[in-house]
Amino acid sequence: MSMAIADLHEAPADSSVNYLNATYGIRSWLLTKDHKRIGLLYLATTTLMFFVGGGAAVLMRLHLIEPQGALFEPETYNKLFSTHGIIMVFFFMVPSIPATLGNFLIPLMIGARDVAFPKLNLLSWYVFVTGCIFALYATLSGGVDTGWTFYPPYSSSFSHTHVVAVALGVFIAGFSSILTGLNFIVTIHKMRAPGMRWFRLPLFIWAMYATSLIFVLGTPVIAITLFLLGLERILHVGIFDPAVGGDPLLFQHLFWFYSHPAVYIMILPGMGVVSELITAFSRKKIFGYSFVAFSSLSIAVISFVVWGHHMFVTGQSVYAGLVFSALSFLVAIPSAVKVFNWTATLYKGSISYEAPMLYALGFVGLFTIGGLTGLFLAALATDVHLNGTYFIVAHFHYVMVGGAVMAYLGGMHFWWPKITGRLYPDYWARFAAFMIFVGFNLTFFPQFVLGYLGMPRRYAVYPAEFQVLNVMSSAGASILGVGYLIPLIYLTWSMRYGPPAGPNPWGAKGLEWTTSSPPPTENFKEIPIVTEDAYNYPTPEVPRV
Amino acid sequence: MMGLIQSGLNSIALAAMIPLQPAAASTIADGVDKLYLILSGITAFFTILIFSIIFYFMIKYRRRSPDERAPETHTSMFLELAWTIIPSLICVVLFVWSSELYVRNSRPPNASTEIFVIGKQWMWHLQHPEGPREINELHVPVGVPVKLTMTSQDVIHDFYIPAFRVKKDVLPGRYSSIWFQPTETGTFHLFCAQYCGTNHSQMIGWIYVMTPTDYSAWLAGGEKTESMAQQGEQLFSQFGCGNCHGGGDTAQGPSLAGLYGKPQRMSNGQTAVVDETLIHQAILTPNSVQMPNYKAIMPTYQGQVDEEQMLQLIAYVKSLGSEERTSGK
Repeated sequence: MSMAIADLHEAPADSSVNYLNATYGIRSWLLTKDHKRIGLLYLATTTLMFFVGGGAAVLMRLHLIEPQGALFEPETYNKLFSTHGIIMVFFFMVPSIPATLGNFLIPLMIGARDVAFPKLNLLSWYVFVTGCIFALYATLSGGVDTGWTFYPPYSSSFSHTHVVAVALGVFIAGFSSILTGLNFIVTIHKMRAPGMRWFRLPLFIWAMYATSLIFVLGTPVIAITLFLLGLERILHVGIFDPAVGGDPLLFQHLFWFYSHPAVYIMILPGMGVVSELITAFSRKKIFGYSFVAFSSLSIAVISFVVWGHHMFVTGQSVYAGLVFSALSFLVAIPSAVKVFNWTATLYKGSISYEAPMLYALGFVGLFTIGGLTGLFLAALATDVHLNGTYFIVAHFHYVMVGGAVMAYLGGMHFWWPKITGRLYPDYWARFAAFMIFVGFNLTFFPQFVLGYLGMPRRYAVYPAEFQVLNVMSSAGASILGVGYLIPLIYLTWSMRYGPPAGPNPWGAKGLEWTTSSPPPTENFKEIPIVTEDAYNYPTPEVPRV
Repeated sequence: MMGLIQSGLNSIALAAMIPLQPAAASTIADGVDKLYLILSGITAFFTILIFSIIFYFMIKYRRRSPDERAPETHTSMFLELAWTIIPSLICVVLFVWSSELYVRNSRPPNASTEIFVIGKQWMWHLQHPEGPREINELHVPVGVPVKLTMTSQDVIHDFYIPAFRVKKDVLPGRYSSIWFQPTETGTFHLFCAQYCGTNHSQMIGWIYVMTPTDYSAWLAGGEKTESMAQQGEQLFSQFGCGNCHGGGDTAQGPSLAGLYGKPQRMSNGQTAVVDETLIHQAILTPNSVQMPNYKAIMPTYQGQVDEEQMLQLIAYVKSLGSEERTSGK
C-alpha cells in the first residue's frame, strides 16, 4: 500500500534471516512471543483437531450407509456425532481463521511489529491446548454423548458419559477466545502504522475486529452456562433440571445467546478472507468497501438478538417467535449485500484462477446456498417442519463447511507462500479444491431433501426409505475426506521442497506482501507509512475497450 | 458447476425414484408446502443468478496477459441500495406470509379431541380421554381436529409427525400442546426429533389415521377401560385430595370445581391461569402456587404421583370445570 509497484517484487537484502530460522529448538517455539510463530502453533493444534473431528464424521457417514447402522451400537454413534460437533465447533472452527491466519496476518496487515500483548497471545495458546487436552481425554476415555449442544436435563442428570470433562475443556478454551479477541481489538485500535486509517484497513481486519467483539462479548456467556451445567451435574443444584427445581429452557436461551453469534465467529473471518482473495485475483478494488465493512459489524451486532430462532418449537411464546423470526430475516440482508459486492468486484477485473481464487468462488456459491436456506428456518411456518431434521444439518454445513472451511483453505493457500516462503504445486491445489467442492455438494445437498422428507438428525438407525439419499451423502463424504487429505500432503511437502515464493508471488496489494517471505521476526525493517486505500491495484493508462 | 451438480442430483433422484416430497396428510401441510416451494424457488433463482454472473465474469474478464491491469470501477450507490432494498422487501413479504401461517397453524380449533402424551426414554405413551392407552402408536379418526397435551417424564423429547408438518418439544415439568387434523387415512411416521439419549433413534412410532367408523370400532374393540377423568377421580379419593379440596365451608383448600381455565390470584400477588402446568406445580410443589385465604399446609406429592396419574388427575379437574359450566347454564 505504501510502496510503489516496483518495490513489490524486491526482497529486502538480508531475507535469509526470517522468523522461522532466527532461532532454533523446541524451546524457541514453545516460549515464542512472535505472533507468526504463535499462529503456526495454533495451525498445528487446530489441524490435529480438524482431523480428529473429521475422522468422527467419516465413521458416522460409513455407519449410515445402512438403515440399521453398518458399524456401531447407537451409543457409539451418539458419541461420534457429539465428538464431531464439539471438536469441530469449539476446537477447530472457532479458532481456525482468527487464531491462525488472524494471529499471523493482523500485525503484518496493519504494519505493526507484533500484537499488542505478545505474552498474553502465547498464554491464550496454552489455555487453548489445555482445553484441547480435556476434550481429547474425554473422547479417548469413553467419550461424551450429549451432542455439542449439551441440552439438560439429559446432560446434567441422565447421561453417563464424560460431560464434565468436555464442558470443562470448552470452558477453558473459551478463555483463549476471550484473550485473543481482547488482544486483536487493542492491536487494531492502537498498533496501526502511520497513515493506516480505519477506512484504509483491509476488509480482513474489519472482519477480525467484528469477530473479536463477539469473542469478548459472547464467550463469557457460554462459559458461565457450562459452569452452571457442571454445578448442577456434580452438586445437583437445581438450575436447569425441573426435577430439582430448574428450567431446561433457561439453558437453551443462554447456550444460543453465545452459540448463534458463534456461527458468525466462524463465518465472518471467512468473509474477510474472501474479500482479500477476490480483490487480489481480479486486481480490483473491492466493490462497495464501506458496505462490506459495515455489513460485518451489523452482522456481529444483530447476531446477538436472533438466538430464539433455535427455539421455535420449544414452546416459546408465539410473540417471541415472531420477534426472533423478524430479526433472523434481518440478519440475512448484510450477508446478501456482501455476496453482491463480491460478485460485482469481478466486473471488468483481470481474473486469474489459481487455487485460492477457486476456493474463494466456491465460498461465494456455497455461502449463497447456505444463507438462502437459512430463510427456510427464519420463517416460522417452515421451521416447525424442518427444525431438528437433516435440513438443519445441511444448512449449517453449507455455511460452516462450504463457507468457513472453504475460506480457511483459500486463505491458507493464499498466504502459505508468505507463511513458509515456499510455493506449493498449483495443479494439485486446484485439483483438491475441485474435489472438495464436488464432494461437499454430494455430501450435503441430499441432506436438504432428507430433512424435508422428515428424517430427524442424530439418528443412529433410520427407516429404510431414506437409504438412497444417505448412501449418496456417504459417498460424497468419502470424496470430501480425500479432498481434505490432499492439501495436507502437498502443503507439508512444499515446506521442504517447494520453490521459493519471493515476497509477493500473486502480485497482491497489502502491507504483508511488501515484506519478505517468510517475514523477518520484526515483520518490517522499517515501519511502513500508508498513503493509499486498500486494494489500490494499478489501473491501465489507456482504458481497455 | 453447482447448477450442473444440482440437475445431476435431481436426475439421479428421479432415476432412483426417491420421493422429493413427504406425504402431506393434514390440513396445514399444503400451506407449509406452498411456502417451502416459494422459498425453494427464491433460493434457486438467486443461486443460479449468482453462479451465472460469476461464470460469465470468469470467462469474460479472464486475465489475458500476466501484466494486464483492470480498469477502475466505482461503487454505485444505486446498486448498493438496490441489492439492500430488494432482498429486504423479499424478506418482509416472507416474514409476513410465514408468520401469518404460523399463527394460524398454532391455534387449535375449539372442538378438538384431546389426547394425552407422555414421552419417556425411549417410548411414547399415549392415552385417549375415553381411557384406552397406546404405546408408540396413535389411532385417530380422519377429518377431526386432534389436540395433544404432552409432557415428559425425564429429558426433553420432541413429538414430530412429518406428514402432518407438526412438531413440538416435549418437556419435563410442563405441558406443551399441538394439534392437527388429518386429511387422509393411512399410516404415518412418528419421530422423536429432539436428541434424548442412547436409543433416541428408536423412539419412533406410527400414526394410524382411520375412517370414523373404523375408529369407533377400534375404540370399542379394546379392553373396556374407564375414561381418564374417571381414573383421575379414583386417584383423587385414593390420595385423599377431597378432604381439603372437596368444597364446602370447612374445606382447608380451594374447591376445584370450575377452577380450570380461570385466572386466579396467588398469594405472591401475581395472577395465573389454572392450566395443566399449574395443576402439576400445585401437586408437586404446592407452596409455589399458594392461593390467598388458605394456609400453606398442603404436602408435596413428589414421588407419589407419576406423570400418567398426573394426567388422569388433570383430566378429572378439567371435567369438574366443565360440569360446573354446564350446571351454570
